Amino acid sequence: MLRLLSLLVLLALPVQGEEIVLGLSRDEVAITANFDGSDVMIFGAVKREAPAPGGGPLEVIITLAGPSESVLVRRKERRLGIWVNTDSVEVDVAPSFYAVATSAPFRDVLTEVEDLRYGVSIPRVIRSVGAPASVANSETFTEALIRIRAASGLYQVLDSQVDIEEETLFRGQIALPAALTEGEYVARIFITRGGVVMDEYQTSIAVYKAGLERWLFEMSRNQPFWYGLMSLAIAISAGWLASAAFRIFAR
Amino acid sequence: MQVYLPIAEVSVNAFLLLGLGGIVGILSGMFGVGGGFLMTPLLFFIGIPPAVAVATEAVQIVASSFSGVLAHLRRKSVDLRMGTVLLIGGLFGAALGVLLFNYLKSLGQVDLLVKLCYVVFLGVIGGLMFVESWRAIRRSKVVGGPPLRKKHGWVHALPFKLKFRVSGLYISVIPPLIVGLLVGILAAIMGVGGGFIMVPAMIYLLGMPTKVVIGTSLFQIIFVTAFTTMLHATTNFTVDIVLAVLLLVGGVIGAQVGARIGVKMKAEQLRILLAIMVLVVCGKLALDLLLVPSELYSLGAAQGH
Repeated sequence: MLRLLSLLVLLALPVQGEEIVLGLSRDEVAITANFDGSDVMIFGAVKREAPAPGGGPLEVIITLAGPSESVLVRRKERRLGIWVNTDSVEVDVAPSFYAVATSAPFRDVLTEVEDLRYGVSIPRVIRSVGAPASVANSETFTEALIRIRAASGLYQVLDSQVDIEEETLFRGQIALPAALTEGEYVARIFITRGGVVMDEYQTSIAVYKAGLERWLFEMSRNQPFWYGLMSLAIAISAGWLASAAFRIFAR
Repeated sequence: MQVYLPIAEVSVNAFLLLGLGGIVGILSGMFGVGGGFLMTPLLFFIGIPPAVAVATEAVQIVASSFSGVLAHLRRKSVDLRMGTVLLIGGLFGAALGVLLFNYLKSLGQVDLLVKLCYVVFLGVIGGLMFVESWRAIRRSKVVGGPPLRKKHGWVHALPFKLKFRVSGLYISVIPPLIVGLLVGILAAIMGVGGGFIMVPAMIYLLGMPTKVVIGTSLFQIIFVTAFTTMLHATTNFTVDIVLAVLLLVGGVIGAQVGARIGVKMKAEQLRILLAIMVLVVCGKLALDLLLVPSELYSLGAAQGH
């Protein structure tokens, strides 16, 4: 595969500056009954006509983001001796999954300014504007969101985990956890020199439920009444079966 | 073996769920409780979203209660007449409870109220049962004879008397209707079948024999939780059938085993074990409210704008 890509680079038409050519190990992930997470390999090459320009070594950043949604973050406080939910902040946009993999420590690869411009690091992809004025330290809510999601593997920072060969070929691997939401997962690849972005490339991976999972999910939404009755029928017959089986067993 | 749950959208270990279902099923068959008050916190713990856990738990309770009731029916330890009266009260109570729940939700802090309800009711019921059954055990050891039971009180002066042959009672239908109603309200607010409140209420308030109470409690739980299941499936779409099947396979087998264990035990022993279990759950919930949580923040779905 790498050889094929090298060939591609050699045969490539002359281009201005440096440009990304990309491959994905898979462009869709089907969630079936025995789905237990999945690895996505993202690899590619840098195409250039002239010799590599100066301005520091070539670095690569790969990000993968799940569909965004708004999240309500609640904070507990002690009232009359017991812990209760008091303040809450609605975070307007937060990806359900986000991984950022780099070829070197993050701050060496991308400057603060460029991060702000392209929205690469985790705090930069989360947007919270609706914090009510009554809530003190509303930024701690965003931090809590990142901490909780990171603990369950939904937000990943993979520093220095992209391999680069000969300043041309690169590859990185991102592990998708088992608890995935459906939707379009956007992969972005940046190449940087001296912390400045030289080129950006974007593609997407479709994550969807398949087979029985799909059928049950659709039924629960489209025919909820029959879905409920089916659940009860299964429950009653399982109860009866167990009882009948034990009666035979007891004799 | 990992299984992906289509509605809960998480992947879980199938054997873990089978085991959990089995344990809760045994308790269900032994004590006549649905087990929702135990299973729901356990499901939260393994990462099932709360809304899905509560709704799916109802399906499993239907299955294990049905399995348990069949075992008790063969033993003729189900008072169908008493069960029906309790059920009528219970369904009205459940409807009232849902209204009350939505009203409290509009005021906010409904989560806290549910938790406090759990702590208070589990604590009071567990404590009373524990003391009573411990005394009964000591008395039976010392004297060797059955304890004297108060046979007449204000309950017996009420009109609309009915004969409950299986329970050996001749009482007015008003107390069972009220008990059913109150348990129905609590069950709807707390999101459980209400067995752990119903069982002590039948023993201590109605004076039914412990052996009959278990089958009768299971009988009415089937209907209450079937009703809850349909409500959740049609309004919140949170019933996960894959999760339910995994839990109920363990549950129905456990219920049969539990019903057999229950028969071999003395009534006081059954009551004291149930009391201990209720107190343990109560203690756990109380500690959660009192101790400093390890994570002060929690995530929830946004209500939308």
